[in-house]
Parts: sequence; structure tokens; C-alpha cells
Amino acid sequence: MAKSKGSPYPRVFVNTTLVVICLLWLIPTLGLFVSSFRPRDDIMSSGWWTILPHRTWVTTEQFTPDPSIDRTGVMTFEGATGTFEQLRQGVESPDGKRVVWIGNRRAGTVQVQEKQWTGVPATTLQNYHDVLVGKNVTIANNAEEAARKGEDMADAFINSMAVTFPAVVIPILMAAFAAYGFAWMRFPGRKLVFALMVALLVVPLQIALVPVLTDYVHLKLNGTYMAVWLAHTGFGLPLAVFLLYNYISTLPREIMEAAIVDGASHFKIFWRLVLPLSTPALASFAIFQFLWVWNDYLVALIFIGNVPGVQVLTMRLADMVGSRGSDWHLLTAGGFVSMLLPLIVFFSLQRYFVRGLTAGSVK
Amino acid sequence: MTLLNPDADEHSAELARARRRRNRALLTLFGGIVAALVLFEGFFMLRDSQAPKLVVALFAMIWGGGGMAILYLIANQLVEFTSSQWQRRLTPIVFVLPAIAFVVYFLALPAVRTFIASLFDRDGTNFVGLANYITVFTEPFMLVTFRNNVLWIVFGASFTIMFGLLVAALADRSKFENLAKAIIFMPMAISLVGAGVIWKFIYAVRDPSDVQIGLLNAIVVAFGGEPQAWIAMLQPWNNLFLIVIVVWMQTGYAMVLFSAAIKSVPTDIIEAARVDGAGEFRIFFSIIIPSIMGTIVTVSATVIIFTLKIFDVVLVMTGGQYGTDVIATQFYNQYFVNRNFGLGSAIAIVLLLTVVPVMVYNLRQFNKREAL
Repeated sequence: MAKSKGSPYPRVFVNTTLVVICLLWLIPTLGLFVSSFRPRDDIMSSGWWTILPHRTWVTTEQFTPDPSIDRTGVMTFEGATGTFEQLRQGVESPDGKRVVWIGNRRAGTVQVQEKQWTGVPATTLQNYHDVLVGKNVTIANNAEEAARKGEDMADAFINSMAVTFPAVVIPILMAAFAAYGFAWMRFPGRKLVFALMVALLVVPLQIALVPVLTDYVHLKLNGTYMAVWLAHTGFGLPLAVFLLYNYISTLPREIMEAAIVDGASHFKIFWRLVLPLSTPALASFAIFQFLWVWNDYLVALIFIGNVPGVQVLTMRLADMVGSRGSDWHLLTAGGFVSMLLPLIVFFSLQRYFVRGLTAGSVK
Repeated sequence: MTLLNPDADEHSAELARARRRRNRALLTLFGGIVAALVLFEGFFMLRDSQAPKLVVALFAMIWGGGGMAILYLIANQLVEFTSSQWQRRLTPIVFVLPAIAFVVYFLALPAVRTFIASLFDRDGTNFVGLANYITVFTEPFMLVTFRNNVLWIVFGASFTIMFGLLVAALADRSKFENLAKAIIFMPMAISLVGAGVIWKFIYAVRDPSDVQIGLLNAIVVAFGGEPQAWIAMLQPWNNLFLIVIVVWMQTGYAMVLFSAAIKSVPTDIIEAARVDGAGEFRIFFSIIIPSIMGTIVTVSATVIIFTLKIFDVVLVMTGGQYGTDVIATQFYNQYFVNRNFGLGSAIAIVLLLTVVPVMVYNLRQFNKREAL
């Protein structure tokens, strides 16, 4: 970082703007994260930002007003004066207290409130428990207890893993062989075939869903993990071949020629030389494909459909949005469960991911 | 074996070598057939397996990765038994064909099949010619869909590029470069469904008499406004609130590429401009932007393609209601909800046609680079 970072005047401007943008970017995720640890009733009754220390009205005293007071006129309690309607909204007294009339005109009570700093906010792991374990969740709501089935997200998590890992491993090897073939072998039609591969990079996979699904139904493959692996292999291969070709074709020619002179076959060169040398490119594609498959919703939705027990995290989460749009405590925790693994992979291997992005533009 | 004829010995040795070679080839072939059979059986085992999920996944990884490697190895061994001329012809096929076969089956062929399906009626029995395409381009609900996609492309792409450039340029001059970039980049790791949940929480609306738990409405109410149902109100501008989500996710991508491009602008040019008295804005617009124009085009193309195919966000946030349908959700709704196979296929073909310019551009770029 020897490069000059500009004169001091812009630096303040630069850093302020950057901080504002970063906050804007961070707040949505932060909100969900904070909410996922709040008790259900808190989520429903106040915004997540109220966990920050702030002054709020706390009731210090509550009493039933003297029955002899004229309730249609102006009343005074604790130095606060107002009509019934004003008191219903809350009237502040000069010494900083607030008086609120609770209930109806005839049989109401009066609360005297003072501004106080809030204490430590309540936190809970119950949301995660409810979301991960498919047991019944009891929800107490105005003395009325309702039991609902929880979301068995732990199961969906395993499904996601079972779908994702093979869908990452299978295409890598295939693509590496093909990339080596395109880069270091001479055969008729090589350029044309590779150009077609590049053209297929941007083909929207919507185009493929229906015909492939038709075949899957004939083969009784839909609703199985394998359906998704094979589909992701096919859809991911153009990018994989393209990325790996970019890397493998730039390996030094001398190494290859020396190996050929030593009598090594293509297979041996590929296995002993090219694969180990291409580890960075393989890693960047692996991360790319991992995030893509793990976060995919469309392919899983079509090929797994509504077969129970196979649904992946994104599907389960989308279902929850539809069926439990108001159960925020489940949605917030569920959202984070689905983000956990990609965020870990992403932050620990960011370098490779960036390299893959840079090489794989225009997909 | 006392009287050895050297010639005969050589001859028989050669014969023995040839025989051994043939035996080895047969053995390899046999091994290959066995391996293929095992893999084929594995396919059915995997398909019908009731075993615990993790076991199946593990087995699949071995089946997929290991099986593939063994097949490649055996095919290669077999090729090596042929004459060197045939070897030259066959080895590339062994290396390249499997990938090509997959891509053809999963992408190229389906495009043709979908096109054929688009010429038939809703259950694929009667040929209707271009009737589905006429529906696509004339029905009001389709026109709304196209309008939304235009909104997505115009606002989604331009805001992503703008924010990406802004953050890349600012971060380049800040001490917190890496932290800032990681924060902006993070949403890329989140699924679009997850992002939908995050933003639903921002846009949440409650009855005006209740406490607002959605951040946006809480701000509006704090300033004395009325809470709004952001993603349902004021069509077509509710689309913008969905677009914000994708801008939020994609800016990190644009930023990373722009950042790399900005760093590769030669510093001496910038220093020279600074010596000549050019201000920072002048430098940015007159030197940096023209130098990274190539990257800007690439990023724009990528973002436009991504927004064209946008599906998850809309499906999760609105399901396409309130006039927010886009091509990809309309395809899904027509095909899988309305069961209109012909129309669904036609929509998919239209989606394919929209990316053709980018496809051509990609090929041009690729050919240019290969020519160098």
C-alpha cells in the first residue's frame, strides 16, 4: 500500500462516504441476524433496532383515578393536564413524566411513566431450536396456546449438503479433462467445438428445464439427489471448462514438451502435471459451483419438486416465506441457518472466489 | 534348451510380447466393462437408495469423482493399446467427449426441444405454428412482464454499475479497503431466497396503529408518514423495491472487477495528471473511466444477463403478484402452474433470444483473444 491515498481533504470525504455505504449494505443482514436471537413476542412488538440502548417510557406508577373526577372535562394528574382524549394519547408533565390513561373513560386506570434507559435486551436461542428440530412448537398467544409443527431445517441442511458436494465434485474432473483436451491437443473441429462451449455459457437454464424434466420422469429420476447432481453438472460445465481452459492453456509450454520428450502420455501429463499445477483454478471453480448450487432455488424446485424428505434449504426457506410469512421468529433463524455454510466458505476462501469471478465474467 | 536359435528366440519373444499385450488389452477391456457395470448399478442404487442421506452423499462423491476417474483411466489405457495413429485420433475424444456429451444433452439439445414444444398447443398435441409467440408479444400480462424486465435491466444494471464504481474508487483510496470490500461483497454469498427473507423484514408493513417492525416503515413513521406496503403499492414502482435487493447483491461483484481494473491503471499517468493540476473528479472521469471501459462493458453484460434471468427474488417476495412478474417467473407460472406447455416453452425461447447478442459478443471477444 505504498500508493498515495490522495490529499487529506478528500480522505475525510472518502472515508465518510464509504462508511455510510458500508452501513447501508450491512444493516439489512444485521437486522435479520439480531432478530433471529430475539424472543418471538419481542420481534412482533418492536423493531430489532430497539436492542440498542435508548431511553424509553417505563411505567413507574399506576392507579385508578378518583371516581369523583369529571371525566368529560380537563383533568390533572401528577402535573399533567389534559382532556380524556389527550390523556389517552399521553400527556407530558413539565417535570418530564408522562401520564397515560389506559382503558375506557369510566373504568380506566392511569399510568405515570418516566423515561429510563433500557437494560440488557432479551435474547434467546429458541428460534434456532424451533427451526432446526422438527418438533412441535408451542406458541402462547393471549392465554391461548397453539401447537404448530416446527421446521425440520436440520434435515434440509443435510439434503443441501447431499445435493451440493457431489454437484461440485463431478463436474470438476470432467471439465479439467476437457479443458486440457481443448488447450493441449490438436484435433479437427477443436476451435469450433470450444467456441460453442463458450456460447453456451450464457444460455438461460430455463430453456433446459422442461425437456430434461420430461426425461427424468421417464427414468424415474425426478425427486432424487442424482437428478440435481446431473443437472448441475450439465449446467455448470461450460463455465468450468471455460475457467479451467483459461488457466490450463497458460501453463508453460516447456514443461509439457519436456514431459512429452520423456515419453509421457497425455493421460500421465494431465494426471501428474496439469492437475496439481491447476489447483488454484480448480479451487476457484469449486467455490463458485458450491455457492451456486447451495444457493440455487430454481433447479431444485423443478427437479426435486414437492417430494418430501429431499427438499433443500432454499426450498424449505421459500416454503416458510409462503406458509409462515408472519412467523418472523422462524424466518429470521431459518434464513441464517441457510446462510451459515456459504458465509463460512465465502469468507475463508474469498481470494479464490474473486479469482474465479474475474476470470468467469459474462455468465 | 541348449541349441538356441537367436532369431527364433527373438521371434518367439516378440510373439510373447504381442500376446501379453493382447491379454493386457483384453484384461483392461474386461476391467472397463466391469467398472462401467458397477457404475451403472451404482446409478440405480443411488436413485433408489433408502440409506441415510450422508452415506448416500458420500457414496455419490466416490461414485461420481472416483468412478469418473476410473472410466477415464480405463478408456485411456484402451486407447494406448491401439496403433499410434489411432491413439492420436482417439485420445482427444476420451478427454473431451464426456463434457461435450453432458453439455449437449443438458443445454444444446433442450434448446431445440423447447423450441419444438413452443410450436405446439398447451398440452403438446396440436401444431399451432407461431400462435404462442403471438400470445407472448400481444397479451397484456406478457407486456407487463416485458416492461418489468426492462425496468430490471435499466435500473438494476445502472445502479449496480454506479455503486460498484463508486465503492471501488472510494475503497482504493481508503485505509479500510479490505474491510469495506468484504462488507459490500458479502451479500454475494447469500442465496436469493435468503436475501428475499432479509429484505422482507426491511419492507415489512403493519397496521398503522401498531408498532412498525420493518425498518423502512419505522423510518417513514418516525418522520410522520404513513406506513406503506412497499412491494404491493404504487405499481410499477414496487418493482424498484425488488430491484434494490439485486443491486444490493450484485454491487459486490461489480466492485471486485472494477477494483482490479482501477488498480491496473498505470499510476504514472495519474501522477502526471495530478502534477498538471487535474482534480480527483477530473482524473476519475477523464482517465480512470476510459481506461477501464472494457471492464465496464463486461460487467454490464454480466449484470444484464443475471437480471434477465432473475427468478428467485420475485418468486419469494411477491410470487409475481402486484404486477411484478418477470420473464423467468412468467415461464414458471405458465408452465408449472398453468400447465400451458406451449406458451411456457415460447417464453423460454424468448428468454434465450434476449441473450443472443451477449453470446455473439462473448464469441467475438474470445476469437480476438485467441488471435493474439
